[in-house]
Amino acid sequence: MPEYQKFEHDVLVVGAGGAGLRAAIEASAGGVTVGLVCKSLLGKAHTVMAEGGIAAALGTVNSADNWKVHFADTMRGGQYVNNWRMAELHAKEAPTCVRELEAWGAVFDRTREGDILQRNFGGHRYPRLAHVGDRTGLEMIRTLQDYGIHQGIDVHMECTVLSLLKDGDRVVGAFGYDRQRGGFLLFEAKAIVLATGGVGRSYKITSNSWEYTGDGHALAYNAGADLMDMEFVQFHPTGMIWPPSVAGILVTEGVRGEGGVLRNSKSRRFMFDDIPEAYRHQTADNEEEGWRYCQGDKQARRPPELLTRDHVARCIVREIKEGRGSPHGGVFLDISWIKEKIPNAPEHIKKKLPSMYHQFKQLADVDITTTAMEVGPTMHYIMGGIRVHPETQMSTVTGLFAAGECGCGLHGANRLGGNSLSDLLVFGKRAGKFAAAFAKEHSAGTINTDQVDSIARSALEPFERGTRSTDAQGPYQIQHELQVKMQELVGIVRTEPEMLKALEEIGKFQKRMRSVAVQGNREYNSGWHTALDLPNLLTVSEAITRSALERRESRGGHFREDYPNKDKAFGEFNIIARRGPGGEMKVVRQNIPPLPAELKQIIEEQQK
Amino acid sequence: MTSATFSIWRGAAGEGKFFKYTTEISEGMVVLDAVHKIQAEQANDMAVRWNCKAGKCGSCSAEINGIPRLMCMTRLNQLPLERPVTIEPMRSFPSIRDLVTDVSWNFRVKKQIKKFKPRPPDVADGSWRMQQEDVDRVQEFRKCIECFLCQDVCHVLREHHKHEEFIGPRFFVYVAALEMHPLDTENRVEELAKAKGIGYCNITKCCTKVCPESITITDNAIIPLKERVVDEFYDPIKRLFRAIRGQ
Repeated sequence: MPEYQKFEHDVLVVGAGGAGLRAAIEASAGGVTVGLVCKSLLGKAHTVMAEGGIAAALGTVNSADNWKVHFADTMRGGQYVNNWRMAELHAKEAPTCVRELEAWGAVFDRTREGDILQRNFGGHRYPRLAHVGDRTGLEMIRTLQDYGIHQGIDVHMECTVLSLLKDGDRVVGAFGYDRQRGGFLLFEAKAIVLATGGVGRSYKITSNSWEYTGDGHALAYNAGADLMDMEFVQFHPTGMIWPPSVAGILVTEGVRGEGGVLRNSKSRRFMFDDIPEAYRHQTADNEEEGWRYCQGDKQARRPPELLTRDHVARCIVREIKEGRGSPHGGVFLDISWIKEKIPNAPEHIKKKLPSMYHQFKQLADVDITTTAMEVGPTMHYIMGGIRVHPETQMSTVTGLFAAGECGCGLHGANRLGGNSLSDLLVFGKRAGKFAAAFAKEHSAGTINTDQVDSIARSALEPFERGTRSTDAQGPYQIQHELQVKMQELVGIVRTEPEMLKALEEIGKFQKRMRSVAVQGNREYNSGWHTALDLPNLLTVSEAITRSALERRESRGGHFREDYPNKDKAFGEFNIIARRGPGGEMKVVRQNIPPLPAELKQIIEEQQK
Repeated sequence: MTSATFSIWRGAAGEGKFFKYTTEISEGMVVLDAVHKIQAEQANDMAVRWNCKAGKCGSCSAEINGIPRLMCMTRLNQLPLERPVTIEPMRSFPSIRDLVTDVSWNFRVKKQIKKFKPRPPDVADGSWRMQQEDVDRVQEFRKCIECFLCQDVCHVLREHHKHEEFIGPRFFVYVAALEMHPLDTENRVEELAKAKGIGYCNITKCCTKVCPESITITDNAIIPLKERVVDEFYDPIKRLFRAIRGQ
């Protein structure tokens, strides 16, 4: 029987990005012992990459802003398949969560009055994103990390969870391994919070880091939890496209918030050519008005570059497809043009977008203060995830909670920029609070040691195959091929035949995965780690594809060429992927509960 | 397509040697791309720590041709490729395997620094007011991505191994960010002088040179802290005053 080290925590949090750290802090404040497991070193999680800001209706720049406007913006951005209760809680609680960060040492950019400065972002009616230049994610994760290390949380760095352990219907622990040394770890816990982030590594062009292999999604799914809205994948409109080695790296929406414009090879501001009806009355109809909006003119309407991400991404794809793209197959994003409008434009750009300036200078030899950037869509975020109770964040499995990107509900069919960081705070906090309460009310469960033994054995199989097999498969090759197929077949524009083909390919990868082999020993063995991530990537890829096949309409981040219009009937339910009794993936429809009259009224008022 | 040769240190627990790998390279590649290509095609089990690949997380620190740098931000066209590019782990920390080092010391050090302690809120709603010019300096320090390259290059740690008496440039920047935070009310000057070993720094500015975030570590963080230590701690009058008050 393989050996393992054992740890006991009342609450175990898996993932140490914004949501995981916030959950751990809150659980610890709830008076229980907390363990925090993370794949990377503490403070390196993907939250660090967030650039633009945290959306919260603080109303420091425009006092007309309040939770109702934020709620209505979020629902409209999500095309009304959001969980309305989560959207309500999020809009109400985000301001407090941002203020909390300040109390813990975060240093946001300031208004002239010395309050927290807020910036414009796509789909938000008023300037709403609290930010620090274009490195808001770093500020957030560092603040949570530096506060969290004094809260008595046990941190297990560079460890990965392989499987959740159940006692009957309830989650009672997790089994994983230490990436540095390769030893196995058993975590006994009364409640578990999954905060593992997204699934970007299922796609070839992504802004996501290697960690984003859908671990939490797959762990929950395998434990019997529901995955919801998996067809809603967000392709951020502006990723780097050149040189090839940096393709996919994010170019913040903040560039457009500060006045950056999108142009095609004919120098046309093509975003003016297609403005959706629902946004027409709030969108500028000329370039001058758009610029005034970016300069803080409260009478001006926003430029069409700041429409929602799904729409901007599709417009970019259209320009490229119709032959009006840039030399390397993207479009132009230009911030340097503002030198026509303001003095000292280069200094202003460097001050407002320092990371973007350095990123292009260092990686692409492009000076964004003088030259337009070449950009194209990049897989950025998954709106879908583990289905949770809107208030407690508990999944459909008892004792198992989820928060952040691996959770689901807030964003509906499309997430607004800035709503992710606030999501992490609001629902990370809630998950931590309710997980702690659950842990206090329950005693420890029983760990099934046979199950533990079998997980450990199967985790070691790739090594055994590595020493004997002749038809052994390399883990990197399978991962790469999967990414290429998902990009091609289940990308921004989808069709039924292509997605059926994708399912067939996923089936083949699942077979090949069973003969994946690795060499070397268990210490920091990247090949082994990649092999162990593969099942998760395949599970989420299958869930995305099956859910996308089921949704025969186009809505938000999900666009079907064979069903290009929104269909009202599909707005009545969410799609759920669930493990069937024989281990096969089932897809079912779940009706969205009716919107309460007072929330309905808010939405109607805001549409005026 | 051209190719380049990389001489990569491989081994565990400090025992190891350089192995040569030749691989094809293309426009715009960075060192980390080359390492990944070698890992995928020739050495599946090669250990390398990385995360964002965009210079934002500070995970892929290494020594490239002897200079501490982030692998993800070092472009191959900035390096002489007519001879092998050497890539080795940071030398100020114990090796785990190949390019991965044990940096846990840094996390222990940070925990021992007195935490942020804000003054009472300025406004009834529990919030504070600060002017942008008052937070500019602190924001510079808070750009730090904790890559620990400044710790790696610092001779006090690298050659003299004063890890028990000296917290290193990263944590002087951290202390400076706390001490100069407009809301903070804690005083860390005495511990800086005693337990944190700021006196060991002889301002050679090596840390400033390697910082990928261009933080002016020595001039803006360490020297002002040294001045505070001198003013508040070694000032003979203040010292006498402290002795009388029994502090």
